[in-house]
Amino acid sequence: MSDISSANSFSIDGQRIAFTPGQTILEAALAAGVYIPHLCHHPELTPHGSCKLCTVVVNGRNGSACTQKAMPGIEVENNSPALNDRRRVLLQMLFVEGNHFCPGCEKSGNCQLQALAYDLEMLTPHFRHAFPARPVDTTHPDVWLDLNRCVMCELCVRASRDLDGKSVFMLAGRGAESRIVVNSPSGLLGDSELSIDDRAAHVCPVGAILPKRVGYAVPIGQRQFDAAPISRQVDYLARRHIPIVPVTEELVK
Amino acid sequence: MPTVFVSTELANLIEPILLRHRARPDRLVQILREVQEVADFISDETAAWLAERLRISYAQVKSTRDFYAFFYRENRGRYRILFSDNITDRMAGNQALFEHMLKRLRLEPGKVSDDGLVSVDYTSCTGMCDQGPAILVNNRTITRMTPRRVDEICDLVRGKVPLSQWPAEFFVVEDNIHRADMLLGTPHEPGKAVHAAIARGRDGMLGEMKLSNLRGRGGAGFTTAVKWDACRNANGDTRYIVCNADEGEPGTFKDRVLLQSYAGRVFEGMAIAAYVVGASQGFLYLRGEYLYLLPQLEAYLAGMRSAGLLGRSIGGVAGFDFDIEIHLGAGAYVCGEETALIESLEGKAGRPRVRPPFPVTSGYMGQPTVVNNVETLSKVTEIAIHGGAWYEAIGTKQSTGTKILSVSGDCERPGLYEYAFGVRIAQVLEDCGAQEAIAVQISGASGVCLSEREFGRRIAFEDVPTAGSFMIFGKQRDMFEVARNFSHFFAHESCGFCTPCRVGTSLLKNIMDKIADGRGTQYEMNELLRLQQVLKPGSHCGLGQTAGNAVADTVQKFRPAYERRLAETDFVPAFDLDAALARARELTGRDDAAAHLGEEA
Repeated sequence: MSDISSANSFSIDGQRIAFTPGQTILEAALAAGVYIPHLCHHPELTPHGSCKLCTVVVNGRNGSACTQKAMPGIEVENNSPALNDRRRVLLQMLFVEGNHFCPGCEKSGNCQLQALAYDLEMLTPHFRHAFPARPVDTTHPDVWLDLNRCVMCELCVRASRDLDGKSVFMLAGRGAESRIVVNSPSGLLGDSELSIDDRAAHVCPVGAILPKRVGYAVPIGQRQFDAAPISRQVDYLARRHIPIVPVTEELVK
Repeated sequence: MPTVFVSTELANLIEPILLRHRARPDRLVQILREVQEVADFISDETAAWLAERLRISYAQVKSTRDFYAFFYRENRGRYRILFSDNITDRMAGNQALFEHMLKRLRLEPGKVSDDGLVSVDYTSCTGMCDQGPAILVNNRTITRMTPRRVDEICDLVRGKVPLSQWPAEFFVVEDNIHRADMLLGTPHEPGKAVHAAIARGRDGMLGEMKLSNLRGRGGAGFTTAVKWDACRNANGDTRYIVCNADEGEPGTFKDRVLLQSYAGRVFEGMAIAAYVVGASQGFLYLRGEYLYLLPQLEAYLAGMRSAGLLGRSIGGVAGFDFDIEIHLGAGAYVCGEETALIESLEGKAGRPRVRPPFPVTSGYMGQPTVVNNVETLSKVTEIAIHGGAWYEAIGTKQSTGTKILSVSGDCERPGLYEYAFGVRIAQVLEDCGAQEAIAVQISGASGVCLSEREFGRRIAFEDVPTAGSFMIFGKQRDMFEVARNFSHFFAHESCGFCTPCRVGTSLLKNIMDKIADGRGTQYEMNELLRLQQVLKPGSHCGLGQTAGNAVADTVQKFRPAYERRLAETDFVPAFDLDAALARARELTGRDDAAAHLGEEA
C-alpha cells in the first residue's frame, strides 16, 4: 500500500482507496475492489444519481457515490448497518412501485434489482403494493418493453441518447405518474428507431427491455448473479460492457 | 415535408406563438403555455406537430407537457377551474365550496363536462392564503370565494361568458400589508438604487454586499455576496441573473406582493446584480399561478427601458447592458429549486440537476448564473442606497436586515408583516391577533411545526429559519389533518427523479390516509418515522428531504391527534373488503343492506 499517498487516496469504512483525479467515489471504489450497491450506474454511461442505492456518508454528509467526485482525504461510510437498512427500504420501494414477479421473469438471475434484494437480504416487500396498470409493448419485432418492471433508472434513456444517438426513450410525467415514453408517432416501440443492435436495447438492469426469442437460453441457476452474490462480483460491475449482441445469442445458435 | 398535421384553424393560432419565440426549443415551456391558452389543451397531435416545428423529438415535447400540472393532454374544458387546496383554504371552507360547485355544474372532480365546457379540480396552494379560499379559472386568480360567488361563477360558465367579461371585483388581489419596515415602508425612487450602485463601482458594490451579510430569503440562507462573487469569477461567455419568483411554498405570498406593488425594487436589484457580476441577460421566473401579474410587470419593464434603467449602457456606463425577460411556470412546486427552475427556463421538465456543478459556475445554458429570491433582490436596493454597514446593523448578527412574513390561518389580520430578524413568534402572533394559537407552521409545508411552548423562539437563520410562510392554527384545529394535507401536497409535487421521494412521498400519503380512515395502528406510527428516516437523508433535493418534516413534527408534538384515530389492535389491513365490492354493487344496481358486509360481530 506504499504507493497510495494521501494526495491521491481517501478512505471507505477505514480502508485506503487510491483514485485518479476526476473519478467518482463509486468508480474509485469499484476499481479498488470495494463494493457499493448501485442500480442506475453503468461504467459506460454518464452518472445519474437517481436510484440512491449508492448513497454513502461523506465526511458526515449524505451523497450519491456515483455522482460525487473522489477527493483526497475524504472519509466515506458505506457498508454500515444504518446505510444498508436504508438501501433495503429503497429496494422495497422499487419492488412495490412496479409489478415485479421474479419467478415468471426472463431476467431472473441476470436482474440487478433481484440480485441487490438477495444480497441486502430483503425478505419481504414490506410496503403495500401499488399494483400500477402498465401496458406491455410487444410491437417491436426484436425487443419487448414491459414497463411493469421499470425502475426509472434512465439507463435506456442515456444509452439511446449518448451511445446510439437516437433518443428513443425519455422519462415523462411526474412523481408517481413518472414513466418511460418512447419517441415514435404512436408512442409504440415498433414505430421507433430502436434496433436490436442498439445499446439501449441491452442496457436495462431489470427485465423491462428484453430481446425477443432468446428466452431462458441460459438456464436459471447458471446466470450472472446465480454464480455469486452481486456484492462479490465487483470486478464484473467495474468492467462490464453493454453487450451489443445479447449474451445469450450464441447459445441459441 | 411535414409528416404531422393539425387543423388549419389551430395552426393559424399557433404560428404567431412560434414566431414570437423564434421556434426555439428552449422556449418549449413558454410555447406550451401559450398554445394551451389559445387551444385549451395540448393534444398528442399538437405535441407531435410542435415537435416537428421545433425540430425536437416528440417524446421531448410529451416529457415536458406531462410534467407540469397546468398543461393538459386532453380537453379539460374552455373553463378550467382549480380550487387552491392549501390547509389555509381548507380552514376557510374550500371543500364545501368545491362540492357546491360540482353539484351546481353536475360534475365529477377533475372530469370535464359532457359538453366539453368546464372542469373543476383541486390544485396546490395558489399563494392567496390571506384572502382565500381562492380559485384559478384558466390560471386567472379569483379570491375570497363564497357560496354566492360560486353560484355567480356557475352562471357565467353556463352562459359561456368570456373570462374577460367577468366582474372585475372577482379578480381583485389585495396587498394586506399590516406591518411595514425598511422594505415595505420606504417610498421607492426609480433609478436611485441603480445609480447608487454605479457610483460605488462594481467592486465597491460587491464590497458593500459582503459587509451587509445579506442572506438568501428563499429559505436556504446562502450569503448573497458569496454567490455573486463566485459567478463573477467563474469561466463563461455569458452570465445570467435569474429572479426566482416561483413562490410555491404553501402559505407564502410575500413575493406576490413585492411583484404587485414593489416591482421596481425587484428589477433594480436584478440590474445591480447584473452590474456586479457582469451579466447581460436576466430572467424573472414567475409561477404560473401569478399569471395575472404578467401584463403589469411587462409594462413596468417597458417603463424601465424608456427610463434607461434597462437596455444598453445603463446609467451611461459603457458595457453595462442588461435586460429582463419574464418566463412563466406551469404548476410545479419543485421548480422553486434553483436547478429545476433552470431546467424549466431551458424548456424542459423541472427535474433538479445533480449539484455540483452549482448554477454560479454552470447554470442557464451551462453558463454562470445567479439565482436569487424576489425578496433578496429587493433588499439589494437598500444596500446600494444605504451601504453594507448600515444594513448590517439591523437584525441579528447572523441574520441581518428585515424579513417579510406571510401570515395566514387563524388570526384576525392575515397579510404581510415585516420585522427586523430576531422577532419572537409570540410577538408576531400578538401583532396579527392570534390569541388562541396551538401551533404555527413556519416556512411552509417543508418547514417546521412549532407548538405553544416554542413561541418564545425567534425568526432568524440561527434559530427558526424561514422563507416567509407563517401559518397559524387555533385550538379548534386538528394537527393531524394539517400534516395529512401536506403529505398529499408532496406526493403531488414530487418530480419523480429519485427513488426515495418518488415512492416515499406516496407511501407517506397512503399511510396518513389509512390512519384517517381509522385503519391505522401503532405499526403505522412507526412506519411514518421509518419513511422519514429514508426520505430526509436519501432524497436528491430539498423537496424529498423535507417532505416528511410536518408529519414527523406533528407525530412528536401533537401525538394525541394521531392516537385518537388509531385502532386498538396490532394491525389492520389497508384493504377494505366492503369497498372492494363497490364495483359489483354498481354493476348489479344494488345498494341494500344485504349487498354490504356488515360490521363484524
